Amino acid sequence: MSSLKQYIDLYNENKLVFDQSPYAISQLRNHAIDFLARYIQKPSKEHVAYPELATEYFFAPDYGLNINRMQFAVDIAASFKCDVPNISTLLAVVVNDTFRPTALLEKNLPQGVTVCSLAHIAKTKPEWTSKYLNVLADDSTAASALNTLLLQDGVVIHISKGVKLDKPIQIVNIFNSTAPLMASRRILVVAEEDSSAKVLICDHSQLRDVEYLSDEVIEIFAEKGSNIEIYDIEESTTTTRRIRQVFCRQEAESAFTMMANTLSGGISINDFHVSSIGDNTHTHLGGLVIGALKQIVENKVNLVHDSRHSTSDQLFKYALFEESRGAFGGKIIVAEGAEFTDASQSNRNLLASDNARMATAPQLEIYCDEVKCSHGATTGQLDERALFYMQTRGIPQEEAKLMLTQAFMADVIESISFDIIRERLRFLVEKRLCGASATCSTGECSGCKTSNVN
Amino acid sequence: MTDNINANVPQEDDDIIRDATSGEYKYGFTSDIDTDVIPAGLSEDVIRLISKKKGEPQWLLDFRLEAYKYWLTLEPPTWAHLNIPEIDFQAISYYAAPKKKNTPKSLDEVDPQLIDTFNRLGIPLEEQKIISGMAVDAVMDSVSVKTTHKEKLAELGIIFCSFSEAVKDYPDLVKKYLGKVVGYRDNFYAALNSAVFSDGSFVYIPKGVRCPMELSTYFRINSSGTGQFERTLIVADDDSYVSYLEGCTAPMRDENQLHAAIVEIIVEDRAEVKYSTVQNWYAGDAQGRGGIYNFVTKRGLCRGDFSKLSWTQVETGSAITWKYPSCILSGEGSTGEFYSVAVTNNYQQADTGTKMIHIGSNTKSTIVSKGISAGHSENSYRGLVKVVPSAKGVRNYTQCDSLLLSSTCGAHTFPEIEVGNPTAIVEHEATTSKISEQQIFYCNQRGIPTEEAVALIVNGYAKEVMNKLPMEFAVEAQKLLALTLENSVG
Repeated sequence: MSSLKQYIDLYNENKLVFDQSPYAISQLRNHAIDFLARYIQKPSKEHVAYPELATEYFFAPDYGLNINRMQFAVDIAASFKCDVPNISTLLAVVVNDTFRPTALLEKNLPQGVTVCSLAHIAKTKPEWTSKYLNVLADDSTAASALNTLLLQDGVVIHISKGVKLDKPIQIVNIFNSTAPLMASRRILVVAEEDSSAKVLICDHSQLRDVEYLSDEVIEIFAEKGSNIEIYDIEESTTTTRRIRQVFCRQEAESAFTMMANTLSGGISINDFHVSSIGDNTHTHLGGLVIGALKQIVENKVNLVHDSRHSTSDQLFKYALFEESRGAFGGKIIVAEGAEFTDASQSNRNLLASDNARMATAPQLEIYCDEVKCSHGATTGQLDERALFYMQTRGIPQEEAKLMLTQAFMADVIESISFDIIRERLRFLVEKRLCGASATCSTGECSGCKTSNVN
Repeated sequence: MTDNINANVPQEDDDIIRDATSGEYKYGFTSDIDTDVIPAGLSEDVIRLISKKKGEPQWLLDFRLEAYKYWLTLEPPTWAHLNIPEIDFQAISYYAAPKKKNTPKSLDEVDPQLIDTFNRLGIPLEEQKIISGMAVDAVMDSVSVKTTHKEKLAELGIIFCSFSEAVKDYPDLVKKYLGKVVGYRDNFYAALNSAVFSDGSFVYIPKGVRCPMELSTYFRINSSGTGQFERTLIVADDDSYVSYLEGCTAPMRDENQLHAAIVEIIVEDRAEVKYSTVQNWYAGDAQGRGGIYNFVTKRGLCRGDFSKLSWTQVETGSAITWKYPSCILSGEGSTGEFYSVAVTNNYQQADTGTKMIHIGSNTKSTIVSKGISAGHSENSYRGLVKVVPSAKGVRNYTQCDSLLLSSTCGAHTFPEIEVGNPTAIVEHEATTSKISEQQIFYCNQRGIPTEEAVALIVNGYAKEVMNKLPMEFAVEAQKLLALTLENSVG
């Protein structure tokens, strides 16, 4: 029997509770349940690099769901371990799947910017919500349909026309439960014409031994001339599974940046669906992965160029230690008539242990001749000659390895245009490579908060 | 001005250009040869009939029947980026052979029409052409009609004969190697071939022998309503070398015909096999009617240490191509190579590429794939490079480029790389673009018309692969490239 069946049963058992959600949310569920019922009957063929990445496996464990919206006491201070020093952000916390604004947020939000609870918006502005919510995700995959089915709250970020937001918005996702828990998280970003914003998303799990599953959907509407940058740093426990599906629609002259940085976790899947429907757009996707223990990380990209004069670049780098496994599946589709598209994709992988594995599949589908597309993938290990060179100059082997790995990661980090986040990530990567933050997810880490990044 | 330019072009190139601009598919004739065709349809009885007609031993019949039973459980593969119309496997005749009264003792006894057919194909089948130094096995429809140079090769202990002869004369060898690299359980078309294969070529190069000439097989589908299912088995024993060529043509017909072949190659210690293909099956007309469905399973096993297998292919024909010549590199230090040019025009579809499975330590592989799409065609590269955890020091380099010649064609790349050992270095690079306006303009300026300029640039683009072909084939392949792309510009 399909592992998704348990969620449908759960939904049916608790239908009364779910029906209490605002109409703009609850009205979407029929479509989702139809999709899932069809999927269970005839699952779409999945090509997965490792069995653990298959939908059936991913959703198989029996997690609890906080259907009745019980309030979890959460130590917000503990979550501040990922606070970014030297900048003040517009901070919002999502505990499991519930939006928790902070005092700072409400006070500092400039005019024309909304960062609030999805349930709240759905209740107060149902028409606006229906115009955007689930329009891009549209239950196109089992995981996104499941998210729609079990969705009760989320985050809405709305930037009004012409507003350029300087301060980054930071969303901290925290898992906090003593029993295994699944959360359906959703972020809806609407950037109106000529607006710009930066969003930093951090993921944490609070208890090391408890299993968590996060089924996330992010929908991004980048309207004409807007510029949206999203940086994601995942530092969860080895018992956390996360599937994050990002759906973005870019209108003319918009720019969209998203970087997914997985520093620790159990099984992480980042699935990007970006379509450029207006001319002269730019898309920058990237990410770095530091895998250790038995971690599995997959980044999937489905980038559709359906407009003229659009450009995109992608850079994903993996450093895999111990028994970690990485997967990358990137697809660039250039539709008929999408002339003067310039798309490039690069995936570079470092296997740093005998038991690490990497599977990569960069793909191009091109239906138009006036284009320039390229992709490249490499998998290898650190250059022995470089290591030897450094050792001859008195640098111990371990240190030399560390330096070379940092250097390997450098260009992804350098590609971040926002300097404070760039330095922050550089610091976290360095720390992660030293093995320090392997314990960070227990909440015992004090390094992040107090350390100063120059 | 044009005349002056042409005057500077060497005579040979001039011929190529003239050939390229003068004709359509020149192998599209049919030969009126008395053919023994069995009725269409596939069943156990048909397989027994094929086996009986060929006078096969029981073990081979059993092999066929087992494959057939397994085939019945399978569905045609749908994962390729191809739009394959449903094939009615009961509407195909699985055996068509040029009728022979008795086994011909010399070429004089062979049907003159048959010789004429091969002469028109430019195949040096006749004895007088033996001086051209190529041993040929010609397969018409399903049956091997003539193998040349047999005696000379026999002196060196080389076996080069039709598959049926091999079954009769060297049953132990055939039994030992048949289905060892491509088992009947491999895929849908491999199972079908294993059940109904009618003939093919068998090559055995003994230890330490360097085959003094290129071995060559020409395949031709002649009869209508038939499929061709041949099987090639090449075994290169320790320290041996052989270069094998394969060419294919078919008449122009409105119907689609199926070609589902298997090529198995086994390379032992320090041996080297070079397998070159110029595939020019009828591709259908400009509206996409007719043409051959070319669904082929080709695989080589580099079993020996330091063995080497090199695939070179120029794919210009077929309505649909589904073909992935692969190497299993299990011997330590063994090498696999894949050089491919795939050209599609009009409504042709091609999904081709390779698999390099690195099992042995210090194995190396190189993949160079050049796709050229024009008209409304779809051209895909699909590849797998796999390094198993126990394979140390593996090296792979993959380059796949696509050239687009029209705004309605498609060029796709689907590579997969699985690395299980940290000492491996695997690189993949791919680019897609059209011919730059600047290059065309440069040629135009010097009096070269656009169409010829495109042929010139395409030949330059494909040169890296063409250089790997043996001389005789390279010229033919170059002509074919220009021919296939004719009328694709503008």
